[in-house]
Amino acid sequence: MNIPSELKYTKDHEWIRVEGDVAFIGITDFAQGELGEIVYVEIETEGETLDKEEVFGTVEAVKTVSDLFMPITGEIVEFNAKLEDEPELVNNDPYGDGWMIKVKLSEENELEDLLTSTQYEEIVG
Amino acid sequence: MKKTALTSTHIDLGAKMVEFAGYYMPLQYEGLSIEHETVRKAVGVFDVSHMGEFLIEGPQALELVQKVTSNDASKLTVGKAQYSCMPNDKGGIVDDLIVYQVKEETYLLVVNASNIEKDWNWIEKYNTMGATMRDLSNDYSLLAIQGPKAVEAMQSLTSVDLAGIKFYNFEVGPFAGIDHVIISATGYTGSGGFEIYCKNSEAKQIWDKVLEAGADFGIKPIGLAARDTLRLEMGYCLYGNDIDDTTSPLEAGLGWITKFSKDFVNSEELAKQKEEGVSRKLVGFEMIERGIPRKGYELVDQEGNVIGETTSGTMAPSLDKGIGLGYVSTDFAKPETEIFVQIRKKQLKAKVVRPPFYKN
Repeated sequence: MNIPSELKYTKDHEWIRVEGDVAFIGITDFAQGELGEIVYVEIETEGETLDKEEVFGTVEAVKTVSDLFMPITGEIVEFNAKLEDEPELVNNDPYGDGWMIKVKLSEENELEDLLTSTQYEEIVG
Repeated sequence: MKKTALTSTHIDLGAKMVEFAGYYMPLQYEGLSIEHETVRKAVGVFDVSHMGEFLIEGPQALELVQKVTSNDASKLTVGKAQYSCMPNDKGGIVDDLIVYQVKEETYLLVVNASNIEKDWNWIEKYNTMGATMRDLSNDYSLLAIQGPKAVEAMQSLTSVDLAGIKFYNFEVGPFAGIDHVIISATGYTGSGGFEIYCKNSEAKQIWDKVLEAGADFGIKPIGLAARDTLRLEMGYCLYGNDIDDTTSPLEAGLGWITKFSKDFVNSEELAKQKEEGVSRKLVGFEMIERGIPRKGYELVDQEGNVIGETTSGTMAPSLDKGIGLGYVSTDFAKPETEIFVQIRKKQLKAKVVRPPFYKN
């Protein structure tokens, strides 16, 4: 299972990559594998500021649907529009082209509560 | 958790395994879509050995089968099978099943894995006539070989003329080096093919030879996930979703297997229901707006009033759109009626259609 060590994680199987004052957020390789083939990613919260653990969207696989949770508080400044036509990017490249949202950080201390790759691996191992 | 004779084979093939009806079963091997497409366009093999098998024998066998099932088993002859259901005494359904007449005075009942114990007790309760009952569920395996290339791909394994077995007929003959296997032209996919009943000790040999014989035809092992999308594209009911202890066969559109020319459990009440008409019906619907219906999602009218509930739903791999089955008030049951599916906070437009959703 692919769990890059440079990323942070949540128990809800999201990953987060901080670049300056923004963070990229997506779901983990484990999560996409559990969901199976993803057919829609529905994110209609662009421009909204959401609290940590609020639902920012949903991901629909053929057989299941799952909510997407904010790993941190912040404004959703962009969502990955490529996923509208190519939701399979989440399956094929969950940590790269399959990213879901870009968030402007507002509570940087929250980053400390996130899981390291080692801690996340213990959850899914 | 129970295992089938092929559990370790599935694990060796790299299947993602899940618990289903108390059995450790393959959910998928390579992936749902590729497996689904393989069955629609070529041929696939499923281990569905979790299904239950009861043998009802003796001079009273037909009388018992007639009493507990809604279809008319007196129409069967040796070598024929029929889809049927067991109504309960409260208007609902104990289980749906296939009844095979394997010999004179001998019927094989194939029931859902989740209901084996309930069904057995139910049938036993009505066996006042003294038919012999045997539960073969733990001794028999069931492989489904499904797809348009099934006949061609499997013919080298048997001297039985596979193309000659009509739908819902079966032969007992040699298959893959095993004698006396039931080769049944039935299935749960709508893409044609066979179901093979054999002893557990024979399952591995048959499975291996089926994969070998099918190799040139693109055969793949298929998991339960694709089994569900395949059956749903055909609008076939799944017990526990679309029919259960509380749904009447008439509401579920199973009037065609509910024969009032004979007496069976609750037949008087059901006949009355037929005469008076039902207030809700199981319908198929497909999404007009983008969305995927799921079990439990409410169905609403244009004003947002609840008119029913989704009992099965999926993205249909062959159609690339959301489809579902659900009960709606009879007023909304006509094909082409516009209904809405409550998907999270949105009410998304759908229309009632007459299954099958997928047409060959």
